[in-house]
Amino acid sequence: MEGIYLAIVLAPLIAAITVGLFGNQVGRAGAHWITILGVGISFALSLFVLKGIVFDGVPVFNETIYRWATVGDLSMEIGFLIDHLTALMIAVVTFVSLTVHIYTIGYMHDDDGYQRFFSYISLFTFAMLMLVMSNNFLQLFFGWEAVGVVSYLLIGFWFKRETAIFANMKAFLVNRVGDFGFLLGIATILMFTGSLDYYQVFALAGNLSEETIQIFPGTEWSVLSLACICLFVGAMGKSAQMPLHVWLPDSMEGPTPISALIHAATMVTAGIFMVARMSPLFEYSQTALSVVLVIGATTAIFTGLLGIVQQDIKRVVAYSTLSQLGYMTVALGASAYAASIFHLMTHAFFKALLFLAAGSVIIALHHEQDIRKMGGLKKYMPITYWTALIGTLALVGFPGFSGFFSKDALIEVVHLSTTPGAHYAYWCVLLGVFVTALYSFRMFFIVFHGEERIDPHAKKTLKESPAVITVPLIMLAVPSVLIGWFTIGPVLFGEFFNDSIFVLQDPGVVAQLGQEFHGPLTFIAHAATSSVTLYMVLAGALTAWFLYLKRPDLPGRFRERFALFYKVLDNKYYFDWFNEIVISKNIRLLASLFWRIGDEVLIDGIVVNGTAQTIRLFSRLIRTLQSGYLYHYAFAMIIGLAVILGWLVFSY
Amino acid sequence: MIVTVTHYLVLAAVLFSLSVAGIFINRKNVILLLMCIELMLLAVNFNFITFSRMLGDELGQIFVFFILTVAAAESAIGLAILVVLFRTRQSINVEELNSLKG
Amino acid sequence: MITSFLFYAFSLILVLAALGVITSRNPVHSALFLVLSFVQSALLWLLLEAEFLAVVLILVYVGAVMVLFLFVVMMLDVGIEEVKEGFTRYLPVGVLVAIIVVAEIVYIIWYRGQDIFSVVLPEPYPETYSNTQALGGLLYTEHVYAFELAAVILLLAIVAAISLTMRQRPGLKIQSIAQQVAVKREDRVRLVKVDPSEDR
Repeated sequence: MEGIYLAIVLAPLIAAITVGLFGNQVGRAGAHWITILGVGISFALSLFVLKGIVFDGVPVFNETIYRWATVGDLSMEIGFLIDHLTALMIAVVTFVSLTVHIYTIGYMHDDDGYQRFFSYISLFTFAMLMLVMSNNFLQLFFGWEAVGVVSYLLIGFWFKRETAIFANMKAFLVNRVGDFGFLLGIATILMFTGSLDYYQVFALAGNLSEETIQIFPGTEWSVLSLACICLFVGAMGKSAQMPLHVWLPDSMEGPTPISALIHAATMVTAGIFMVARMSPLFEYSQTALSVVLVIGATTAIFTGLLGIVQQDIKRVVAYSTLSQLGYMTVALGASAYAASIFHLMTHAFFKALLFLAAGSVIIALHHEQDIRKMGGLKKYMPITYWTALIGTLALVGFPGFSGFFSKDALIEVVHLSTTPGAHYAYWCVLLGVFVTALYSFRMFFIVFHGEERIDPHAKKTLKESPAVITVPLIMLAVPSVLIGWFTIGPVLFGEFFNDSIFVLQDPGVVAQLGQEFHGPLTFIAHAATSSVTLYMVLAGALTAWFLYLKRPDLPGRFRERFALFYKVLDNKYYFDWFNEIVISKNIRLLASLFWRIGDEVLIDGIVVNGTAQTIRLFSRLIRTLQSGYLYHYAFAMIIGLAVILGWLVFSY
Repeated sequence: MIVTVTHYLVLAAVLFSLSVAGIFINRKNVILLLMCIELMLLAVNFNFITFSRMLGDELGQIFVFFILTVAAAESAIGLAILVVLFRTRQSINVEELNSLKG
Repeated sequence: MITSFLFYAFSLILVLAALGVITSRNPVHSALFLVLSFVQSALLWLLLEAEFLAVVLILVYVGAVMVLFLFVVMMLDVGIEEVKEGFTRYLPVGVLVAIIVVAEIVYIIWYRGQDIFSVVLPEPYPETYSNTQALGGLLYTEHVYAFELAAVILLLAIVAAISLTMRQRPGLKIQSIAQQVAVKREDRVRLVKVDPSEDR
């Protein structure tokens, strides 16, 4: 099995290196064939592994493949942990990656950086697989940083655009903040357990919760809470939770396939995955769970609201991603890890689908992203229309679609949760459903229905996208509809995650919900009769229909009426303003202070040049001794001899 | 007035001091400097031989043997340098040889 | 008694010769005085029954090294006055340092080591004793590596002295062996086609 796991990881890496270094030799067609083959191998093997784990009962694989270094008692290793969680993740990652690879052939058709792009997305697949398959914190961190780097490269893929450079720098910097916390978390764990191995650390989690640490004198902090919150700060960066979410909307500067792959389906879920993986740690810290819950809930509702006012098609989807990530985080906070991962999986499909559909629209309109210049696209692009409709319905949680199962279950478990802050979170996610439906259908209606506001120049060539674009859409649409039916029972309520997720409370919230679960159909019936979420969805959809199709003049009037409210939303709650004016400016001020005083005066002035100057001063004095005359040196020697002799003679 | 070890040692000391004084006096002539060094080594050799005789151990004489060898090599090379020096600068005046001045 | 007399006589000449070395205005005289002091030292060493070294000192130093000195002194033809200029300038310093050194040494010998150093030299060796044999026995057995090293040092001195003083004169006609070996037919033979009819 070890060979298979290695092949899963290395196939994309080899493809990425081949295409990246020998892009000119393999050519454009070679580039996409090689990378698709690499990812295809990974996907096929991942399915095989998933089948083995789920149906054939292959035991959990947890072994070290390679020992990289040993420092004292600490050994740094590369190893794989393959259990249900990992198997599910690698299948999802490689599937979405595969569809994105295929889609890219069409989307990047005219781009100069064709090979480079394929190399990057393959490299990303490798990094993500390393992250999810890791069995230790070091490798997790490696994957974590590697996806960050590839994300940076891809956001700035069109490096001639100033906005893209700004966006990738922003993403990188914001992620650094998160990664710093992540690293601190890992360091805390290492300090108190002395190990980087997951299972060894998890085994000690119970003891760890007893220990306290003094960070500031006089304050006792629980080590476990501290470690978990630090780890979660990392997750906040990668999974774009408030207040570290600001990079994700800007990351839409990258090409659309990347938005789908990285910024919707996989990389941003790394944080969610990580917290789920760390469930044995988080479970022992009520504080950390509470933090996770509240931050997730806040993100879920407030970023959703921002989606309503966006005019850029990709940004709407980006904000919806933020909001959905908030949902997943809420589930984590409510100890419903299974629900979170379940939503992660369904979300990966329908969000990738939505992004790719948006990309299809964008490319059909010659890189037009403003939804005000779209409208009525239904009759021009039927496949895109229908797949986008499926994606939207899945996103809003329309009964029967995959999003419905995951999101409804998620809301129910939050309702059942007893974690502090669960009430607030419940109301947030419930309102979030309405908001989700509102912005999703707003975008959907504005883009595909209503009057045509398309640029006349673009309209001449407007037609459905080629097969390489529509086939991935269909490939993603199928699981977006169906995956929930098959998987809700076994994955969510079954014992699927028993080997990887640990819940302290018995029975956990998911299990409590599972007791009332009797098949998907009754689940739908239950939702229709006794749950408010369905009505929230319908209300949102109807509101969108009314505001943007029936009475398109109304939004403008609302905007004037609630100018202040609109302004706040339009400025994204002034997060960017705050970061730039308050944080960046002060840090720059501090940095220039350090530069002027610390670096130029202290280090350069006193330490470096000061040393040189002192030496020069002394040298100037001492050089006069070097007369160059041989006999002076001889004299010096002889006088020295006389003195030493005298010292020897008279000292004893 | 029997001759003791002390006599030899004092003789060596006098010889040594004379050569030291010679280095000061003849500071400008490199050849004389070399000669003074030879004299100095001779004084040292005196000590070795005297002690060797006193202790009845020939090891001291072995040392002298090696000192003579090295001194011969040293003066040969020193004189060769001197010849080259004279050839390039037409002088062996030490006061003119101050290219190493700091 | 006779040895005491000889010791004082040789010592006196030795000290005077050393004085002559350092005070002569002419380097040739200095060298000759040095020869004299070497000879006196050799005689004194004979008194100390170091016959082999005494002979070596005469042969090597007087016979070779001092000849080399004289040779160089005469060949270089150094102006006497030029070199002796400022002779007295450092004389006080030299005398002072010399006096200090001698005072220190004498202090040690006379006052600190009276009990050790005032020992009378031991009885002379028996007639059968051979200094050369004893030294050879030590040199070729216990100190054979050092002896080999001394040989290497002498070789080094030879090579160094020769390579330092050898000079390349321009216009010297010498063979370039590498070039001669590497020569090709084309460098030496040029085949010319001659049309016999054109000669006319």
